[in-house]
Amino acid sequence: MKMVVAVIQPYMLDNIREALSDAGVHGMTAMDVKGFGRQKGHTEVYRSSEYVVYFLPKVKLEIAVSDDQVEQVVKVISTTANTGKIGDGKIFVLPLEQATRIRTGEKGEEAL
Amino acid sequence: MIQILKRNVVLFLLLAPAPAFADTLDSGDTAWVLVSTALVLFMTIPGLSLFYAGLVRSKNVLSVLMQCFSITCLASLIWLFFGYSLSFGDGGSMNAFIGGTSNFLLMDVTREALSGTIPETVFVMFQLTFAIITPALVIGAFAERIKFSAMMLFTLFWMLLVYFPICHQVWGGGWLAEMGLLDFAGGTVVHMTAGVGALVAALVLGSRNGFGKINMSPHNLTMSVTGAGMLWVGWFGFNAGSAVAASADAGMAMLVTHISAATASLTWMFLEWMKSGKPSVLGIVTGMVAGLGSITPASGFVGPIGALVIGIFAGAICFTVTNFMKRTLKVDDSLDVFPVHGIGGALGTVLLAVFIADSFGGAGYSEGMTLSSQLKVQLTGVIFVAVWTAVATFISLKLASIFTSTRVSGEAEEKGLDVTEHEEKGYIL
Repeated sequence: MKMVVAVIQPYMLDNIREALSDAGVHGMTAMDVKGFGRQKGHTEVYRSSEYVVYFLPKVKLEIAVSDDQVEQVVKVISTTANTGKIGDGKIFVLPLEQATRIRTGEKGEEAL
Repeated sequence: MIQILKRNVVLFLLLAPAPAFADTLDSGDTAWVLVSTALVLFMTIPGLSLFYAGLVRSKNVLSVLMQCFSITCLASLIWLFFGYSLSFGDGGSMNAFIGGTSNFLLMDVTREALSGTIPETVFVMFQLTFAIITPALVIGAFAERIKFSAMMLFTLFWMLLVYFPICHQVWGGGWLAEMGLLDFAGGTVVHMTAGVGALVAALVLGSRNGFGKINMSPHNLTMSVTGAGMLWVGWFGFNAGSAVAASADAGMAMLVTHISAATASLTWMFLEWMKSGKPSVLGIVTGMVAGLGSITPASGFVGPIGALVIGIFAGAICFTVTNFMKRTLKVDDSLDVFPVHGIGGALGTVLLAVFIADSFGGAGYSEGMTLSSQLKVQLTGVIFVAVWTAVATFISLKLASIFTSTRVSGEAEEKGLDVTEHEEKGYIL
């Protein structure tokens, strides 16, 4: 099992959820985070006062998947969230040791 | 027969002009000034309060609301004790510069006393609302870094050394009034004093930590725009109410106030659109304030064309000076009180000399005055008020600092004034 962690643009969340649903993934966790990669250091102005912005709002998605789903999930997120501009985000894949469904006690891939 | 006689007598008395030898209470005038008083108080609580509060960072939202509210209360009591007396009383040998203290605790203001055609109590209240909003405007300069106790003390000294003297000199029978300075609703008394006072305070206190580097953008523009709407509406009481009568002057004042507000708003919006690529809501409401501040001194004297021109100048010049102050001079007058109110008020006070001419639809020059003589008077007034305010504000800050440090510590500034000065949070989400 793997945990796919994706940091994406907030406005992409619904598109990704839909695309993943079409691909057979029906569970995920989303959280509001702040972050930057190459998008850092841009200047914003309000009422002629300039300041440098580092942390930008992002959304982090965590999706627990079986090993054979990883490739497809990463591809779906990549394609959906891609705009070609700096700030699109990143996807990480982490090993997932154990999973349990709380209601039934099912373990392993059954719990995903 | 008797009935017809009675009716005719009654009709005659109703239609005949009121005797001119004594001012009597005019219910129309009184009603209007009562309403104006409420409108102007509304401008401070919550108009200006919301406008300013939305512009600061969320960790300081309560501090701004608290400052506006507490100034409302403090100024009211100071007015009661000696403010009204010093502003509008007879100062005897010092009357050129300041009134007297005989009306301490308003002891001469009886229930029946009249000020012109309205009860004196109403005049006292109406003027009080002006004395409230002026120090409240100043807080924009030192927002997000002033200590609450220092601000209260500063306000007390500032009102004594700046507001009451200037108010007296321009409206209370002092030398500026005698010289013929025209200031219908407070271009000098309110906006210039607040603007110059703010500039001095901002310079003395120094910039906020991280100014120019970190993000200090408004945390809640919806709040600011709400406040801005209240200010526009309330300003009708500020300007049209300054006619102190339900009169033709009041009507024209309301009209020109509105035109200037709308014009300056659009002017600022378009200039910003051209400069930064997008029209901003912060820009349009700031333009509005600039337009309203500029028309204030001229509101009873100019016509619609004058208001249009004043609005354009206000939007353009205040926009330029704001940019200059922030980007070039890098002065942290946090909420731009000086470029908007200070410059705006001065601008209107001077332009008044041009647009009062009846060829522009104005009220016409006073007896014996011309464009150049009125212009000279207006400029003299503007310069004098600026210099007096600057010096007296500096002194007020120094006096306050005898009792307490004026700026909060760096750590407190970082944590935010709401939690460090008031132990409260604005938003518990």
